[in-house]
Amino acid sequence: MVQEASTREVYGQTLAQLGAEDPNIVVLDADLSRSTMTKFFAERFPERFFDCGIAEQNMMSIAAGLAASGKTVFASTFAVFATGRCFDQLRMSVAQPSLNVKVVGTHGGITVGEDGFSHHSIEDIALACSLPSFTVIVPADATEAAQVVRVAASINGPFYIRLSRPKTPLVYPSDYRFVLGKAAMMRQGSDATIIANGLMVAAALKAAERLQQDKISCRVLSMPTVKPLDEAAILQAAQETGAIVTAEEHLEHGGLGSRVAQVVVKGKPVPMSLVAIKNTYTKSGKPEQLLQKCGLTAEDIEAAVREVIRRK
Amino acid sequence: MSLSGNEKVSLAQKDISASASISDAEALNSKALRRRELSMDELVQMARRLRRYVVTMIAQAGSGHPGGSLSAADIVTALYFKELRYEPTNPQWPERDRFILSKGHAAPILYAALAESGYFPVAELSTLRQLGSCLQGHTDRTLTPGVEMSSGSLGQGLSFAIGTALAGRLDKRSYRVYALLGDGECDEGQVWEAAMAAAHFKLDNLLAIVDHNGLQLDGTNRQIMNLEPLADKWRSFGWHVVEINGHDFPAILGAFWEAKKIKGQPTAVIALTIKGKGVSFMENNLEFHGRAPNPEELAKAMKELG
Repeated sequence: MVQEASTREVYGQTLAQLGAEDPNIVVLDADLSRSTMTKFFAERFPERFFDCGIAEQNMMSIAAGLAASGKTVFASTFAVFATGRCFDQLRMSVAQPSLNVKVVGTHGGITVGEDGFSHHSIEDIALACSLPSFTVIVPADATEAAQVVRVAASINGPFYIRLSRPKTPLVYPSDYRFVLGKAAMMRQGSDATIIANGLMVAAALKAAERLQQDKISCRVLSMPTVKPLDEAAILQAAQETGAIVTAEEHLEHGGLGSRVAQVVVKGKPVPMSLVAIKNTYTKSGKPEQLLQKCGLTAEDIEAAVREVIRRK
Repeated sequence: MSLSGNEKVSLAQKDISASASISDAEALNSKALRRRELSMDELVQMARRLRRYVVTMIAQAGSGHPGGSLSAADIVTALYFKELRYEPTNPQWPERDRFILSKGHAAPILYAALAESGYFPVAELSTLRQLGSCLQGHTDRTLTPGVEMSSGSLGQGLSFAIGTALAGRLDKRSYRVYALLGDGECDEGQVWEAAMAAAHFKLDNLLAIVDHNGLQLDGTNRQIMNLEPLADKWRSFGWHVVEINGHDFPAILGAFWEAKKIKGQPTAVIALTIKGKGVSFMENNLEFHGRAPNPEELAKAMKELG
C-alpha cells in the first residue's frame, strides 16, 4: 500500500512552525484558510494572519505592501485564483519590484475534480513562469512540500508554489533533501527519461516500472522547480538516454513540458513527447476519471515513452 | 542648466529652449526654504515651482500626463513640505511616513517633490521617460529613491498602502501612510475591496486622498462612470471622510490634522481639484490628460507659472 499525505496540510503545519521560529512571517488568505490550511497559522498567530475576504486582487497588493515593509509574506488561495484572478497585481505589485511574497496556490491542477473547470488550474504554472522575478515550484509530495515552504521562506523574493487538494503518494525516501533548482534522480535508466512534477511523479515511477518488464530502461527525474529549471540535468538526460517524456498536471502550453523543450531544443535536440492537458477546458468528475480523460495516467506516460523511443 | 550627470541620458536628450530648462540655481535657492517652516505663501510658491518642473519635464520628455500632476500639485506640496516625516539621505528610514502614489501617471509631480526635497538632483528631472533614466513614465520603486511603489496600472495603491499600514502596526511604528488616488481610478473594483478592508482592519494610520478633478481620459466622471455620491460611498464603507478644496493649503493641512485625531478608522480626504490647475489652457481640458505641451505651449505655461 502506497502511503499518501496532503501537501496542503503539511503546508499549513509548516507555516505554523515557521511562525514560531520567525516573528517576521505574515500570512494572508482570501476566505479559504480552512481549505488552504493556513488556518493552522491563523490559530496560533492571529495577530499576524489577515483574512482578506473574497478579494484576491486586494490580498496580493496588500501582500506587496507588507513585503515592501520588510515582512516575509505567504498569501494563499486556490491556485486558479492565486494566479489568474490577480495576475496584474502579481505583475505590478509583486514581480516587478521583486518583493518577498510567497504565493501558495492549493487545489492545483484538475484533481479538485468535481468542482469543475472554474476551479481547475491548468494555466497557473504558465502564468507564474511568465513573471520574470518569480521562482516556481510544484512539489511532488508532502515530504517535499514541507521543505519547499521552508526554503521559500528563507530566500528573499517572489515564489509561486502549487499544491494539491487530494492526498498524494509519498514518492521520496525519508532522507530526501529538496534543493532549489535541482532535479531529483528518482530512477536510473538509459533508454528514455521521464521528467515529471507534482502528482505525475508517482505516475512516472509506475510507468517506468511497467516499461522495465519489457526491458525498457527509463530514467525518472522529479523536477519540482519549474523555474529556474535544472538545465544540466535535462541536457544530461537528453545526452545519455536520447529521448524525453515530460508529465504534468497542466496545459501543454507554458508548463513544465514546454519549458523543458526550450532547453532541449537549444542544447541537445532529441525526440520529446509531452504528457499534459491538450488545448481544452476540463469537466466535473472524480480526480481519477479526469486524469484518465485528460491523458495523465501512468499508462499514458508509458505509451508516450514507447512512442518517443520509436522516434529515436 | 538642464542636463543630468548621466551621460547616456544626456546624449539622448533633445535640444530644449532656455525657457524649458530646469534651473539648478532655482532649486538651490529653494533649499533655503526648509520644509515644515514654510509659510502658507511659501507653500503656494513651492507648488508653483513644482508645477513648473512638471510641465517642463513633460515637455522635454515629449509625452506624459500633465493634467493629473497639476491637479495634485498642491496636495503633494502640502505632503512633502509640511506633513510627511522623511529623510532624503535615508530613503529606507523605517520610521518615515509613506506616500503611496496610486495614480502612477502623476509620477512627474512626485518626482518634482522628491527632487526638491533632496532625494536626487533637480537636474535629473530632465531625464524623465528617457532610456537609462531613474524617472520612468510611471513610478518604479526599484529605480527612484523615495518612490514606495511601482504603479501605473490603476487601483492597486490603496491595497499596497494597507499592507504598509498593517506592517507599521505590527512593528509598533508610528509612521502614517498616505495614498493618493485619482477619481477615475475609483472605477477600479480593487479600490473598493481595499476600502472595505482598510475599515475592517481599523487602520487609523492610513489616509486616502482622492484627487477629485472630475475628469478621466474619455470624459467627465459623470459621463464615463458616475462616482457620486463619492463621499457617501467612502463613509458607507466605514471611513471618516473630509471634503476639501484640494488647492487650499489650510484646508489640505486641516484635513491631515483632523485625520490624526480619528481613532479606529481610516480617513478619506476627497479633494476637489481642477485638472491641469495653474495653466489656463490645460485647466479642465481633456486633451492635457495625456499630452505633452509643445514648445509654444510650454513657453505660455511657464509664463503663467512664473
